[in-house]
Amino acid sequence: MLTIAFALVFFYAPNDADQGFIFKIFYVHVPMAIVALFGFVAGAVFAALHLRSQDSKWDMRSYVTIHISVILAVGVLVTGSIWARASWGHWWIWDEPMLVSFLIVFLLYATYWPLRFSIEDKEKQSRYASVFAIVAGAFVPLNFAAVRMAESFTHPQTATTTTSAPPSVTLTFLVALAGMTLLFITLCKYEMASKHATFRLRALRRRLAGDEDELALNGRSAAPQL
Amino acid sequence: MRGSSVFAVPDPVPALALRGAGRRYGERAALRDLTLELEAGRTLVVFGPNGAGKTTLLRMLATLLRPHAGEVSVLGHQLPDEGYAVRGRVGFLGHEALLYRELSGRENLRFHARLHRVGVQRVDEVLDAVGMTARCGDPVAELSRGMVQRLAIARAVLHEPDLLLLDEPLANLDPAAAAQVAPLIGAGSGRTRVVTSHDPAGGLRGADLALGLKGGRVALLAPAAEVDPGQIAELYR
Amino acid sequence: MRSTVAALLSKELTLEWRTRESVPAMVLFSIATYVVFHFGLDRDRVTGDLASGVLWVTLLFAAILGVNRLFVAEYEQGGFDGFLLAPVDRTALLVAKALTLFLFLCIVEVVAVPAFALLLLGPPLTQALPELVLVLLLANAGIAVLGTLVAGLAIQTRARDLIVPLIALPLLVPVLLAAARCATPLLQDGGAGALPADWLAILAIYDLLFALIAYAVFDFLLED
Ligand SMILES: Nc1ncnc2c1ncn2[C@@H]1O[C@H](COP(=O)(O)OP(=O)(O)OP(=O)(O)O)[C@@H](O)[C@H]1O
Ligand SMILES: [Mg+2]
Repeated sequence: MLTIAFALVFFYAPNDADQGFIFKIFYVHVPMAIVALFGFVAGAVFAALHLRSQDSKWDMRSYVTIHISVILAVGVLVTGSIWARASWGHWWIWDEPMLVSFLIVFLLYATYWPLRFSIEDKEKQSRYASVFAIVAGAFVPLNFAAVRMAESFTHPQTATTTTSAPPSVTLTFLVALAGMTLLFITLCKYEMASKHATFRLRALRRRLAGDEDELALNGRSAAPQL
Repeated sequence: MRGSSVFAVPDPVPALALRGAGRRYGERAALRDLTLELEAGRTLVVFGPNGAGKTTLLRMLATLLRPHAGEVSVLGHQLPDEGYAVRGRVGFLGHEALLYRELSGRENLRFHARLHRVGVQRVDEVLDAVGMTARCGDPVAELSRGMVQRLAIARAVLHEPDLLLLDEPLANLDPAAAAQVAPLIGAGSGRTRVVTSHDPAGGLRGADLALGLKGGRVALLAPAAEVDPGQIAELYR
Repeated sequence: MRSTVAALLSKELTLEWRTRESVPAMVLFSIATYVVFHFGLDRDRVTGDLASGVLWVTLLFAAILGVNRLFVAEYEQGGFDGFLLAPVDRTALLVAKALTLFLFLCIVEVVAVPAFALLLLGPPLTQALPELVLVLLLANAGIAVLGTLVAGLAIQTRARDLIVPLIALPLLVPVLLAAARCATPLLQDGGAGALPADWLAILAIYDLLFALIAYAVFDFLLED
């Protein structure tokens, strides 16, 4: 899985080398944004499954997808800002709905960790985090729609102008999107495995300490536990 | 039905039935592997040093905490799934009075009466029964600890619950007040009761079954008549 | 359900009347903010989009004050347990709290909006009063629903006062956006413009969607 993902990610880079240098970032920026969006929505779906099943496995999945999506959102902001600088000469432009929405979404999701961290009881923590993930997940598309509408009202011409792209661009874009999706899934898998390992290690360490009763020795953490 | 008495046809379903019940807080087990049955109309007294799990047990029976292990059935209903059927039929008296400090005693009780769909005249009835009629217009914040406890008792029995869950009910009460509330929450109330206590002799009096907890585990479970206060004192060592 | 909501609501209003914790603070905060805006912007009067922005940002921050306090009495004085022990629908608490916040906001605006007109607003408030009231009511509904949800989310956290604005502000951006766009033509110089119907619709849809979401998830905030 990991090899396929990386193969694809490396594969698309030479593909867009013949496009303009600035336009190249489009292949990173847009797929990243789309994948991050779906990641947030997936986090909400996992959270809903967690609330329904009371199974902490889903909380872990929700946590990890949100974690990676926020990292991608930062990537979207950075690449978007570079793109804006290159094409408009400003590091930040308020006319670009994608960028503005991502800033708002990023600000919202940045509270996910403080929220988790400041609830002491583990089960409450996961339940509240799931409620947050659902609310925020529903917010993402709504916010997008609202911001997009605000911008298209002031600048009618920036409304989605889907000019027919040459097939090479479409193809590269689709490959880039697939690559980004695979990268996302791989990162989630990797993060999940590492969380598992940390947890197992901690459990083993506790058993070595030979203390079955006082299980709450480890420090507080914002990550869910299985 | 509300206020069913012991003299009615004996209920074939036990008021409480726990099998292997357990509860954690995070990773710390507060209660584990508790198995017991209590017939309707009987009294269970729970002993144990601080942190033994008494409050945890009572809150679990009151549907405020969900059990993490085993089966818990209260008044014939399985928890947590049928919690809605149990709520309103238990009277819970915890460490906290569950009264708003800025509202008066009467306002608090009226609020609870409306939540439980009980008539207003019942509020005056219980206020009188706990001897708080004179001071029931004062904000709870201005009352003494014992007075607040009396109001809390009034709140717990307001809706004539079938099962009383009493966490150290006589804390802060003077002897006269303790005698005064006995018809409401004492052995003579005719209700099924679960009472926690730190007083071996006083706790055993009027109890049918005695449970001793220590570190969340059952250290003693026997008919109260067969338990010697010395055994209870042993728990605290 | 209705009688439970009525019981909760009357308790809520009695408590606020006794303690005067939220509404006076929100009113004072709004007026102080107008004064700050006067000096910050160095303007004696504002109109149009600037007026709309000043009005909504102020009301939004004042609302956050109320949201912060919404569940504090329940959490600290055992109100949650008392409610959970009663044989009632748990959604009643969501409805009662949202109504409480809605009423608080309306009361605050009865004072704060005329104060705004007096202190900063250029054109007369009366030029589009019914439309403005409609926008205020719709925005209040959105703030009340989201505020109740956020207050419920944050009540168990240690850093409640910090978490509430951090979650509430991004979530309320669309409300602010729609409300400000709606109010802009109402506050412009030289006669009020038409109320933008599409933004009004967006505000209403946003309110409705989050009311449904809050209804779906609120019970989970009350479980042990
Ligand atoms: N909210 C909580 N969060 C975490 N741990 C808790 C919580 N409540 C109780 N505990 C733990 O559960 C254990 C049992 O507590 P519990 O309150 O049931 O004891 P208790 O028998 O009622 O004690 P006391 O006689 O002091 O009232 C204790 O170890 C306590 O630290
Ligand atoms: Mg206790």
